[in-house]
Amino acid sequence: MTRLRSWLANPWGKPRFLVLFTALYLAWSIVPILVAIRFSFNEGRSRSTSQGWSLRWYTGDPDLSVLHDPTMHTALLQSLRLALIAVLVTVPLGVALAVGLTRWRGRGSGTARGVSLATLVTPEIVMGTALLLVFLNLLTFVELGTMAQAIGHITFSLVFVVIIVRARLLAIGPHYEEAARDLGASQLQAVRLALLPMLVPAIVASGIIVFAISMDDFVISNFLSSGTSTDTVPVRIYATGRTAPTPALNALATLTLGATIVIALLGFLLWRTVRAARGQAGSTVGEFAALDAETIR
Amino acid sequence: MSDLSEQVGEDKTGTRFWAGLALPGMAWLAVFFVLPFYVILCIAFGSVDPIFQTAAPEWNPLQWNTAAFEFVLEGLFTSGAAFQTVFLRTLLYVGIATALSLCIAYPVAYYIARYGGRWKGLLLAGIIAPFFISYLMRMLAWINLLQDDGWVNDVLVWVGILDVPRNWLDGRASSVILGLVYGYVPFMILPLYAFLDRIDRSLLEAARDLGASPFQAFRMVTFPLSMPAILAGIAIIALPMFGDYYTPDLLSGAPQTSLIGNQIVLYIRGGQQIPVGAALVVVLMLFLTVLMGYYIYATARAQRRLGS
Repeated sequence: MTRLRSWLANPWGKPRFLVLFTALYLAWSIVPILVAIRFSFNEGRSRSTSQGWSLRWYTGDPDLSVLHDPTMHTALLQSLRLALIAVLVTVPLGVALAVGLTRWRGRGSGTARGVSLATLVTPEIVMGTALLLVFLNLLTFVELGTMAQAIGHITFSLVFVVIIVRARLLAIGPHYEEAARDLGASQLQAVRLALLPMLVPAIVASGIIVFAISMDDFVISNFLSSGTSTDTVPVRIYATGRTAPTPALNALATLTLGATIVIALLGFLLWRTVRAARGQAGSTVGEFAALDAETIR
Repeated sequence: MSDLSEQVGEDKTGTRFWAGLALPGMAWLAVFFVLPFYVILCIAFGSVDPIFQTAAPEWNPLQWNTAAFEFVLEGLFTSGAAFQTVFLRTLLYVGIATALSLCIAYPVAYYIARYGGRWKGLLLAGIIAPFFISYLMRMLAWINLLQDDGWVNDVLVWVGILDVPRNWLDGRASSVILGLVYGYVPFMILPLYAFLDRIDRSLLEAARDLGASPFQAFRMVTFPLSMPAILAGIAIIALPMFGDYYTPDLLSGAPQTSLIGNQIVLYIRGGQQIPVGAALVVVLMLFLTVLMGYYIYATARAQRRLGS
């Protein structure tokens, strides 16, 4: 109560202004999404005003709902398919690359590290154009569509796995493998039995990140799509966002968001479980977030 | 590393093992990241097949044809030409959107890092949430809100700022810049937060002990310390913004807000003059490399200053 009174007395004192500012920012960032989700449950056709509640645009409408419009549910399936392929290929590839690059100090390791970081700063439009042109002109055995899109997703998400796993490797240090080697393990055994179990939390975390950025990707999916049958959800939103006559597109976007959240939550629970099993303390959202922040940095 | 000498033989096989682990990933990046850049060059310096109107790449650098580059550079350096207008517009939009993003991101990151307290976890979840929502869905949300009969118009008319609803989606720079800021600002908050959170509080206490006011402590300690993070945040959002074409397409769709990314898409996917599109991509890359170079230089300078 005293705090409220002092806030009212001087709302522009430093932290007070910042409280307000941060609250406004969070509202501005989240409310439009909630509004878009709300319109997906509209009973009427409007995408800009509230018109009752129904599941019409999810399942009800016989032609235009996500369930019955083939361009819509194929897009959702294509998004999920690409994200799954990206996780399954990128995570092993990235873990091996991270371990190799961190421990290997030979000639070429610096260049390889530089190249993997270069993928991080390359705008997607550049990578999209480059891959499109290479598939059309040189590696012509890769057909546009799922194959080409999957290659694109793997290429740009590889660096995220490398960064997350590398950070963990540097924290672990080389002692555990050395101990395993001293006890008679071969190099492969040392990696598999000593190093890999300690990397599990980082591997799970990088899997979630890869899934999320693959689901989020638009440019690569758009450039390398072969037509409506391989359009992902973001590509559908781009193609019909301005002209869509009904809230079915909102319903599609909401379902996609739901899928991403479910996977992220499952991943988070898995991450927490393995961390607890490894005796690493402090498994909070904040820790996980810090990990994410670390990655972006 | 101290007993290096007795392990020389061992180290050699070790090196081979680690290099072998890295090999598949490196091969992947070589084929699908480095090689495509060479192909872009070969197409930008190639020609157009006269019959099929498809790109005819020139694989031999000795026979590269500079026609497409001449076309692009002429367009860039002739005042009033389409390429120059679009390029300057892109610089302007990205500049304004980046500046606005910094004005939003810094206070939010600063508040959460310094005063988050027991709400920190929740606040962090709030700023991370946009990372799990597709960029395109976030633009779709604004398409909904900015419709003629949308909530933005409702509110503005109700408050009395507007007399009649305005069409926000017919080619307005303000809508595109709003979209860019809304889309990219989360990517700036997170690195700023991660950095500000790590600033040693004893430095601020020392500043206060030496007689600085809270604001002076911020101006003379926190702000200079966070300079590298500010630069990183700018680089993180400005680079992808330069390649953005979907934000203007979705929130305006009119030629008067067309950005460099829209031009690239037009030439590459429109199909008629693919070498011109490839040349535009190369020019954009060169421009961004210069920016990156400046970023690395500025960061090194900021860190040197902090060191002294």
